[in-house]
Amino acid sequence: MTDTQVDPAEGSADADTIEIRLENLSKRFPGQQEPAVEDLSMEIPKGEIVILVGPSGCGKTTTMKMINRIIEPTSGRIFLDGEDVTKVNPDHLRRRIGYVIQQIGLFPHQTIADNIATVPKMLGWEKKRISDRVDELLEMVGMDAGRYRDRYPKELSGGQRQRVGVARAMSADPDVMLMDEPFGAIDPITRDRLQNEFLRLQEEIKKTIIFVTHDIDEAIKMGDRIAILKEQSRIAQFDTPERILVNPADDFVADFIGRGASLKRLSLSRVRDVELHQWPTASEGSSQDEIRRVLGDSDRSAVLILDAQKRPLRWVTADHLNRAGGGRSLTELGLPAEAVVQPNATLSDTLNEMITARYSTAIVVDSNNAYQGIVDIDTINATVRTMREAERDRLRPDRPADEEDGQ
Amino acid sequence: MSDTDQMDTTLAASAPTMSAERRRRSLGGYLFMPAALTVVLVLVWLSISRRELDAAEQNRLAFDYILRMTWAHIQLTLASTVLVLVIAIPVGILLTRTFARPITPPAIAVFNVGQAVPTIGLLAIFAIAWRFGFFPTIVALAAYTTLPVVRNTMVGLRQVDASVIESARGMGMTKRAVLGRIELPLAVPVIMAGLRTALTINVGTATLGAFIGADCLGRLIVSGFSGNRPYITIIGGILVAVLALLVDYLAGIAEDFLRPKGL
Repeated sequence: MTDTQVDPAEGSADADTIEIRLENLSKRFPGQQEPAVEDLSMEIPKGEIVILVGPSGCGKTTTMKMINRIIEPTSGRIFLDGEDVTKVNPDHLRRRIGYVIQQIGLFPHQTIADNIATVPKMLGWEKKRISDRVDELLEMVGMDAGRYRDRYPKELSGGQRQRVGVARAMSADPDVMLMDEPFGAIDPITRDRLQNEFLRLQEEIKKTIIFVTHDIDEAIKMGDRIAILKEQSRIAQFDTPERILVNPADDFVADFIGRGASLKRLSLSRVRDVELHQWPTASEGSSQDEIRRVLGDSDRSAVLILDAQKRPLRWVTADHLNRAGGGRSLTELGLPAEAVVQPNATLSDTLNEMITARYSTAIVVDSNNAYQGIVDIDTINATVRTMREAERDRLRPDRPADEEDGQ
Repeated sequence: MSDTDQMDTTLAASAPTMSAERRRRSLGGYLFMPAALTVVLVLVWLSISRRELDAAEQNRLAFDYILRMTWAHIQLTLASTVLVLVIAIPVGILLTRTFARPITPPAIAVFNVGQAVPTIGLLAIFAIAWRFGFFPTIVALAAYTTLPVVRNTMVGLRQVDASVIESARGMGMTKRAVLGRIELPLAVPVIMAGLRTALTINVGTATLGAFIGADCLGRLIVSGFSGNRPYITIIGGILVAVLALLVDYLAGIAEDFLRPKGL
């Protein structure tokens, strides 16, 4: 009776794109009236980050833990890459699935190298292969292998432990990783950096990742797809972040993403996706007359001074020149060139930089910090508008564009 | 049930955390205790050799007699401690497994009885029910010190960070591997503290074996009392104290070196 409902042709087509399929999954904990998860079905595509997000107690963590059967489902089935794993040996199943939890749970009595080698050792890899893999993974998560492999977890910072946790989960190169609020216990600045690093890493490794969080902003930033869950893990909406933001399925989702939806949308596009504007520039060696000429030739009120490597230094206006008189070097004039972003920064980060620096313009630089162009507040505004209209157009047939997002 | 259980936990936990924080000592720290004990032993030896001993004293304070009693005392201590170890650590492990949760309180109660009844009483019961000498003594000693070791084993295992166990299970380690490679190594400092307590209690309490005819340093004390030879009693008392301090010192070193690195 097991496979009668699954059309074999459809099954094989799925196998290419669907990594995990949950079928009517339920969990009822003994002694509790309500099930923690009720009849959840879901398909998780290969190579994507799927975020399970929802209020506390909605069953998102239980759902995730049923995938590697840390919590055994009461009923329903789990397919991993087309294979029914509901009844296979759970220990063997777990060795195929990376697992990162909020507290990381590094083994305090083992070195970083031993921690990372946990699964490869169980799989019986050779020593040399394990050791090479440990070094490779440490470099992959941005840690110097020579320096850290023989340290103990207590000698690392929270951010470093988190990296080791990710490296450990990837040690046997699993196709699937489960991450339960992996950045939850880390300070906001480090968290932001780790999130960005992780996204960059994911572009290379293309794992299928189930990521649990209660933070909608993190979900929007990290997710290729977001499942917003109500209590008992009922799916309120399962879609791309763009579509969830533009078109929340119901009041619950709208409430959950909150009133800042337009702002949140800025987390979805990056500086490299928008058109950069150019700004008059001058090199730091230029004379004041040259600068006045550049200013005169453009309709802008300031000139951006760059150093020999084209790195932005100062903003200088005609006012600054007049006040300073002839003698002073350009590097002392004007205002510091703040609000500098790289192409992979989100527009949300960019806007934040602008507000922090109190400029209406952000300077875009490449990875060598050389000037590329600028993004201004109008560009950001226009991007939000375009995004909204594009989604509206796509959705118009099934849903009238009747509401703004309260902005 | 969980009330007493919890109280035990906190009581047992307070001792080991102190010792867990002590790092390995300097060389001077390691040498102080043996040096002090040697001085005491030399003083004892000087005192005995300069004293005019009467027949009973000569008999009891002869070098080879003392040596024999000391060795018997050490055997009692080690045998009872090994017995405790063999019983208490597996029991402690079993009682922390999830399936044993319902039987934990009654089991603890049983071991509590062992500790609540005075050892001398236990000795008397065992001696009458069984026979005199070595075996009833080690059983009575073991009965008395099983509880602290069971309790420390349980506390040691329970204080292992749940997230560490979860991540181990989540990576596909079997329950047995988690116990052997994660839980037990991480519980070693607390279990060792319990064993050290047991050892120290045993070395002192073994003295009582003299009452039921077991060879031990207690013989000197008892015969000093019964023959009205306070000098023998005092020497016996000092020797037991020296032995107890030495055993505790050695156990402390073992604790220092068995503690896993990285903790």
